[in-house]
Amino acid sequence: MGKLLEKFPDPLARLIVVVSALVALGAFAYFVLIPKPVKDIEMQWSDAIKREKARPVRYAGFQVCEECHGEIHNKKKTGYHRDLSCETCHGPAKAHAENPDNTKPVIPTARTFCPQCHAYNPSRPRGFPQINPVAHNPLKPCSSCHNPHDPKPPTTPKECSACHGEIARMKAVSHHVQLECTVCHEAPQQHKVSPRSVKPSKPQTREFCGKCHGKDTKEKLAANAPKIDMAEHGEKYVCWQCHYPHSPEVEQ
Amino acid sequence: MNGRRSFLRGFFAVLLSGGAIEGVLKLIPSKAYGKEVARTGKWYGYGVSVDKCIGCARCMDACKNENNVPREPFFVRTWVERYITRKNGQTIVKAIAPGDEAMPEAASDRTILRSFFVPKLCNQCANPPCVQVCPVGATFQTADGVVLVNEKTCIGCRYCIQACPYGARYLHPVSHTADKCTFCYHRISQGQLPACVEVCPTQTRIFGDLNAAASPMSRFLRMNKIHTLKPGLNTEPKVFYANLDGEVR
Amino acid sequence: MNPEIIRTLQELLPQIQGYIYPNEIEIHWGLLIVVYPYITGVVAGAFILASLVKVFNVKEVQPLYRLSLLTALAYLLVAPMALVSHLGHPGRFYEILLTPQTSSAMAMFGFVYAWYLMAVLLLEIWFVHRTDMIDMAENSTGATRLLYRALSLFSKDKGERAVAFDHKALKVITIVGIPSAFLLHGYVGFIFGSIKANPWWSSVLIPIVFLFSAIVSGIALVVLLYMIITPLTGGKINMKCVDKAVDFLFYAVIVDFSLEMVDFIHRVYQSEEEIKILSEMVMNKLFASLIIIQVLLGMLVPLLLISLTKIFKKRFGLNEDMRKMVYFISVILIQFGIFATRWNVVIGGQMFSKSFRGLTTYKMEFGGIEGLLYAIALLALPVVILFVLLKVLPPWKELREEGEAGTEALGGASS
Repeated sequence: MGKLLEKFPDPLARLIVVVSALVALGAFAYFVLIPKPVKDIEMQWSDAIKREKARPVRYAGFQVCEECHGEIHNKKKTGYHRDLSCETCHGPAKAHAENPDNTKPVIPTARTFCPQCHAYNPSRPRGFPQINPVAHNPLKPCSSCHNPHDPKPPTTPKECSACHGEIARMKAVSHHVQLECTVCHEAPQQHKVSPRSVKPSKPQTREFCGKCHGKDTKEKLAANAPKIDMAEHGEKYVCWQCHYPHSPEVEQ
Repeated sequence: MNGRRSFLRGFFAVLLSGGAIEGVLKLIPSKAYGKEVARTGKWYGYGVSVDKCIGCARCMDACKNENNVPREPFFVRTWVERYITRKNGQTIVKAIAPGDEAMPEAASDRTILRSFFVPKLCNQCANPPCVQVCPVGATFQTADGVVLVNEKTCIGCRYCIQACPYGARYLHPVSHTADKCTFCYHRISQGQLPACVEVCPTQTRIFGDLNAAASPMSRFLRMNKIHTLKPGLNTEPKVFYANLDGEVR
Repeated sequence: MNPEIIRTLQELLPQIQGYIYPNEIEIHWGLLIVVYPYITGVVAGAFILASLVKVFNVKEVQPLYRLSLLTALAYLLVAPMALVSHLGHPGRFYEILLTPQTSSAMAMFGFVYAWYLMAVLLLEIWFVHRTDMIDMAENSTGATRLLYRALSLFSKDKGERAVAFDHKALKVITIVGIPSAFLLHGYVGFIFGSIKANPWWSSVLIPIVFLFSAIVSGIALVVLLYMIITPLTGGKINMKCVDKAVDFLFYAVIVDFSLEMVDFIHRVYQSEEEIKILSEMVMNKLFASLIIIQVLLGMLVPLLLISLTKIFKKRFGLNEDMRKMVYFISVILIQFGIFATRWNVVIGGQMFSKSFRGLTTYKMEFGGIEGLLYAIALLALPVVILFVLLKVLPPWKELREEGEAGTEALGGASS
């Protein structure tokens, strides 16, 4: 070895020795000293997956409740809340499902609970039933009129605003405030019970709006309504392509 | 003699440079040069119908319950944004919180043109930038398409949090490791739904196997115009949005 | 649960402007990650200055050769401390060496750093000082003698063959070292520049801008150290050397400024979606650190001052003290400017939301591991280390050659 190293200039020889020693040390440390789990990424990944799968489950899932609470399940099955999981309102119930007598899920009764979904909010989709929690039967618990598992209202709503709050409120501050919804929309009674199964009708032609807004209208209700020449105004478009009927003002 | 030598020289040069190029290519994500990976078995995806969300925030609650996420509002695995676009074109965005007082602007606020809620969560990207940058391989993609974090090996460098374009990641204040939505991996591997999907009252959130031929997921993908968030970044998100408004980032 | 973290975040809530993703309220890369590129920048810059002597044969700056190398080493040793301290689990840092992911720039950087430290810097310093160390071993006793013997790897050969090899090796190492130094700090730029999620960072120019600002800070720092250490150790400042070094500094600042201007103009002209929130951030949150400190005080004022010494050559040429004062002020301003550059890149990149709709704030702590005190300590530590290195491997001989800069044979041989 010494003879071989002598071939190199002194500094190079010494460096070769030092570097080889370091490499050997490093290799020994890596291959011999360091245990497999620390350096094997696949092993680490499969361990992580195992650990992740073993985490505790808190929500039991929508199928589980039916086993013991069949009655309630059947009642809920046809009502407006049929698409909700039990745990949406009752919170995590896995512990209860495994040990029914020890822990009971929450039964929310406060008036602040239902408005979390049902309070009026203009960002909520059209047609979602919304109420003003302050004005709607104040102080009475929601469940006194609405069975949470079949929450149909005690009487079928007469006003469209019960579900179409956003539209009603917008119309209420517009020039169409005096028009009932039914003036333009025919809503079969069935719509109030099963909204998605049958939709109210909507006007189809320009002539419909022309009944009040045409130049030669005889409609009494339209005495103060702005009049236009139906033949000229708006070319080939239908009226609501420009004017939003629930807030038809042209000026800002 | 010369000809043979120069031929051999050229030959080996090509071999070596080819080898070098191959080595460099290994560093580039395979997607970059169009290598397709076969998908067999489960490949989880998620659907969000923006039109159905009522902004009740029960999903946020359920997620924190199920996954031990710190209760403070600074750490979320999923959240819901509220967009209000006014007639002057200005858009305001706010994140809602469970237990928020219903905060409707006065109904007579006639400056509102459009308003809606958008649920957000980790997109479990098929080409995840977070996995690409993790120096120690603590975050990785499982064979069924879920991106997980190995909290035993995460060193807390926060590079993945910087790399996520969607703000889906946070540093867990107790474990000091990166954390994020896992599609409730511990639930879905037992055939259950993620907690957020479980409690959503309006079926805004849908979860399923993208490879399944008949499932809520496949119907969702068939019947809707589908969008993803920030498609220009080529992260290939697996959370698909139906009726996503262009104002959403 | 750490109530400290919660309290800090709670205080940030009212300072949010607009909308940020809920998880973005915490700024993840703070002061330590600002200190880190500053330190590696100095390393790269100091090494480039050293290579000016070796590879480009700029004889005038010969006195700064060994000082630059030792400065580079001192700063390089402190750089990983900033990184490891910042980790959520500093004790797990070794994982980056055992299971590195090849797709991660951060992981690969560990190896670039190791390469640069071992194969370039340490080797170069060893070859430069080998014969000196042999001399110093011969002239000392006891523990000191053992130290020098060990440092020189127990070499005793001062013969022609060995010394010739020293020279050759140095040349090769420096030639390899220049791209390695570029790689070292360019890589840090790439770590930021490759994040497509962040439009403030994601730019092809970021590695280049980082590199040139590194060169600026490195040269400036070595000149500053030279101007402080030389009088403190009873020597006289070699103005020819300093003039030449400041020349290079001047050109480097011009290139750096031009690059940053190009980046700025490019962004504003292209006017992509993020330009609104970025301009808001620059005007509201980064005004002092970017416009005032980075650009005005850190680049324009030094450029102006140094240009003055060139324009009014006669007046400044005669009055050496005036020139020294101008240089001194300029290099100090440049340090602040480059630190502000790092601040604006790192902190700035996290102050705007990726929703492009809001801004948050960085609240710098005073104590604790992410606090100001620790950062100042980390910035002072390389100077302490340099002090030790200068004691062990004194460069005074070379440093003190007045007016004979560069007449020594290339290679910094023993006498």
